[in-house]
Amino acid sequence: MANKATIIVHSGDMDKVYSALIIANGALAMGMEASLFFTFWGLQRLKKGGLEKGPLSKMNMLGLGRWMMERKMRKAGVASLEKLLQDFRELGGKILACDMTMEIMGIKKEDLRDDLISEYCAVGTYINEARESSVTLFI
Amino acid sequence: MSEIKVDCTGETCPVPLVETRKALRKAMPGDIVEVIGTHPASKKEIPMAVKALGLELIDIQEKDGVWKIKICR
Repeated sequence: MANKATIIVHSGDMDKVYSALIIANGALAMGMEASLFFTFWGLQRLKKGGLEKGPLSKMNMLGLGRWMMERKMRKAGVASLEKLLQDFRELGGKILACDMTMEIMGIKKEDLRDDLISEYCAVGTYINEARESSVTLFI
Repeated sequence: MSEIKVDCTGETCPVPLVETRKALRKAMPGDIVEVIGTHPASKKEIPMAVKALGLELIDIQEKDGVWKIKICR
């Protein structure tokens, strides 16, 4: 089994995108390869200006919960999603965008942050990555 | 050979680990990377990463909650 982590980012919730990016960065930092496959609600976060727009998965309370969580995170010195995403790319992580989600949700390439995306693809590419990964997660 | 300093004081998971890796990628073989931080788990985990990367851990010190880790690339 190759030294690789492949994570499906299905959720667009702020806290879950954090989990995905933290794990993926941890894998890269510890010498593994890492790929993030963004699909459904997760893909919304790759839209221009969309990364920080996700709600909290629990107790969002029309954004109030999210706002409180953001304050606590800032106080604790947690990095922004943007920093984590840039670090992920800098350390050689791959970002895959699900093209079926794009079709269903009417998302065009120009709506997405194309400079970050390594490949527009479907399940076959995911499986090809996952079959040689020792860590696979669905978030 | 040069010495590269990485200051992660006040940073939390996963920043110290990620910044260490970024510095190690930029370093040349033989360079020393010195990471300073306060996040307790990173003091244990940076050495794990060093081992996984097959690099050499030179020194770990801690004083008043601030740790210093030296790694040879």
